[in-house]
Amino acid sequence: MSALVPQALSIRLQGCAKTFRDGTRALESLDLSISAGETLVLLGPSGCGKTTTLRLIAGLEQPDAGGKVFFDDTDVTTLGIEARKIGMVFQSYALFPNMTVAQNVGYGLRILKMPKTEQQVRIREMLAMMRIEALADRRIDQLSGGQRQRVALARALAVRPQALLLDEPLTALDARLRDALRVEINQLLRSLGITTIYVTHDQAEAMALGDRIIVMSHGRVEQIGTPREIYHQPGSAFVANFIGSMNQLRGVVTPQGFTCSAGCLNWDRSGVAERVLFRPEDVSIVTSSEFAELTGVVKASFFMGDHTRLLVDVGDEAPITVLDDARCPQAVGQKLYMRVAPLGLMSI
Amino acid sequence: MIYMFLPAAAFFSAFFILPMCRLFLVGGSGAIGWRAYSVIVTDSNYFNALLATFGVALATTVTTLLIGGLVGVFLQRYRFPGRSFLMAIITLPMAFPGVVIGFMVIMLAGRQGLIGQISMALGGDRLVFAYSFLGLFLGYVYFSLPRTILTIVAAAEKLDPKLEEAARSFGANTWHVVWDVIMPGLKPALISAGAICFATAIGAFGTAFTLATRINVLPMVIYTEFTLSANIAMAAALSFVLGALTWIVLALARSAAGNTVAAAA
Amino acid sequence: MAYRKILFGMQLGLCVLVCVFLILPMGLSVIAGLTNNYFVGLDSGLTLRWVLEVWGGYHDTIFRSVWIALACVFVTLIIGVPAAYVLHRSPQRLARWLEELLVLPIAVPGLATALALIAMYGGWGNLRSSWLFILIGHVLFTLPFMVRSVLAVLGGIDLHTLEEGGASLGANFTQRFFHIVLPNCRQGILAGALMVLTLSMGEFNMTWLLHTPFTKTLPVGLADAYASLRLEVGSAYTLLFFLMIVPLLLLMQAIAQPRQKKFELVEDEVVILLSESAKS
Repeated sequence: MSALVPQALSIRLQGCAKTFRDGTRALESLDLSISAGETLVLLGPSGCGKTTTLRLIAGLEQPDAGGKVFFDDTDVTTLGIEARKIGMVFQSYALFPNMTVAQNVGYGLRILKMPKTEQQVRIREMLAMMRIEALADRRIDQLSGGQRQRVALARALAVRPQALLLDEPLTALDARLRDALRVEINQLLRSLGITTIYVTHDQAEAMALGDRIIVMSHGRVEQIGTPREIYHQPGSAFVANFIGSMNQLRGVVTPQGFTCSAGCLNWDRSGVAERVLFRPEDVSIVTSSEFAELTGVVKASFFMGDHTRLLVDVGDEAPITVLDDARCPQAVGQKLYMRVAPLGLMSI
Repeated sequence: MIYMFLPAAAFFSAFFILPMCRLFLVGGSGAIGWRAYSVIVTDSNYFNALLATFGVALATTVTTLLIGGLVGVFLQRYRFPGRSFLMAIITLPMAFPGVVIGFMVIMLAGRQGLIGQISMALGGDRLVFAYSFLGLFLGYVYFSLPRTILTIVAAAEKLDPKLEEAARSFGANTWHVVWDVIMPGLKPALISAGAICFATAIGAFGTAFTLATRINVLPMVIYTEFTLSANIAMAAALSFVLGALTWIVLALARSAAGNTVAAAA
Repeated sequence: MAYRKILFGMQLGLCVLVCVFLILPMGLSVIAGLTNNYFVGLDSGLTLRWVLEVWGGYHDTIFRSVWIALACVFVTLIIGVPAAYVLHRSPQRLARWLEELLVLPIAVPGLATALALIAMYGGWGNLRSSWLFILIGHVLFTLPFMVRSVLAVLGGIDLHTLEEGGASLGANFTQRFFHIVLPNCRQGILAGALMVLTLSMGEFNMTWLLHTPFTKTLPVGLADAYASLRLEVGSAYTLLFFLMIVPLLLLMQAIAQPRQKKFELVEDEVVILLSESAKS
């Protein structure tokens, strides 16, 4: 399958900022390089600049003066999207309602003036790859959301682009379908080895797909790293709170450790810390006060199916989240003794 | 991309904007100069024609809105056998030019018209009023009814039935619902349909040409100045004023209807 | 409940009355056009005499009207569709302003527009006596209908993203316009074309002043006939006009039927546009 992609492309942004005509600063100056064959996920809440970044790479927007976009070593800043030889999947799919599925998939080939018979072969190949051969002659408005998604992918890949850009491709689908397609897209991207830039606001999608993730907020990059780095070593409070759920305690470092209103945590790192962070899964519930680092009272309990989520009041401004057994959880109002795994403690 | 607009812009400038400017100049180039533009209010002849035109237009608008509103809401709310047939009949006269409308009035109220025949058969005089103000009024109503009805039907379709249900749930009776829910919802449509109705009746030439051989309404005055008196300057000035008046009526109505829409949203 | 029924009956009665008012003179005119002597009544017998007489004397006006209407559709397509596209892509305020301007020839009475055209171009070579002079007037009057009909459809689809999709597949501006933009607004183009055809065939206000004895159109001929010929001839002529215009109207209604949701928009727009065509 990797023969589908002629050669993977490396992409580099240099000093790319974007200010819209109405004066909105969508993106602060950004330097970024994406290596050939890598899958890079741009992650952040809406309005964080991730889609703008993608559109700069695509050539749908021009960076402010001074910004440059390189494909391999070629400066493509002034090239429009139609000259950049990339494949793009839009959030709303942008499938042409006036064409059938096959015509949509073949549109890029028609523009390339590929001979008709070759076009047919390629179209069939793409439809087969996405397992939608049966839909070839359907009109777009006869397709389900998931089918449209497949057609959009097939269409973008049919021209054998140098890179694939996906703008929130799964957002319009319902949760179950989203999970299934996420797995499928992951396998597809791995087998193609194509340079991919994937925009999403869904952290689970980002974790599952990205070789690297760029977390963005307010037009700035908050952190660049592998999914594991982003999760376990968040570079900023924003990243820590945006990815997964995070507990936070205020306190002071004492010779005994990190002392807070609910107890004392095992903290042997040097330096001053006014607050420590840790994830719910790093908290364990212990039966007696003897082994407890923290003490709190269960305020609320939420049954999640495979576990129970407890909100525990520990005398800090916000309660902490603790994971508990699904079948026999602690009762609300009960006193709770907890320990936190030392490796799970972070300070920012 | 902008060059795609150029053909339309060029055509429009050359054949509308420039000629209109020229018309304005021609209006001031007659024997009485720029006074031609004020003569419409100072000369009793013209002023009476203006008043008569406004009078017929107003009567037409009120009648059409009343009948059109009732029929339009009725046709939108009830589904009954023959409804689509009635709708088709109402749609038919939409593309008739004013002259044909005038002829329709002649068929009804002309010298050989149906109304005259019936009045004779009933033992009275032959009723002929096609060529009077009443005939002109009838023609304008004939002209405006289909458009008004269809506009109201379209607007009534956009009314949220939930509002009415809510009103009824508070115990509102039919008249309250009509007055508090349906009327405000239809207001923009009524204003714009009414304005178009009024503007049509001011400027419609075809119907007047067929029927108003003996009565003075503004379009006929202009036509007479142009052809019979060959007073081109006066015709130009009057038609410029007529155009401006019509445009103002439509623009006012549009902003009024627009404001209502904005206030409701 | 009885009260409700009476109310329904009264409204239905009014509705039927309106329809009778609208259809009755049409029926009378058709009968008059086919009757030997309308004054005597149907007893004088039915005949095609008047229709044939009108056809013999006036068929050139019919052909001319059809020709001008087709030319008008052609011109409004060529200049109106691209204009609508540009308006759709222009910043809102500018587009509003331009559209307002473009609609002026509908708002201003045809009489004024015709006088303006004569004042400006009446002395230009042979233009005054050419059918092109009438065509100019008709294009002015019908262009807004084409533009707004297309605009209505463009407003209903996310053309911007579709075009970006096309561009991402390598299509340049021209290719996108012909492969994506035009096919996706064909519904509006078709509705607009039918409307332009109908309006041009029926246009009288401007044409009456713009025409010369050699460039009479169908409505001009009608006005002539009404003014100077006997009622049966006028009726027969009107009958021919009905025969031409009614199929067009029915076709227009048919394509405006909301078969699917996206066409509803077109239907509303057709109604609104037609109600603004109040000047013909």
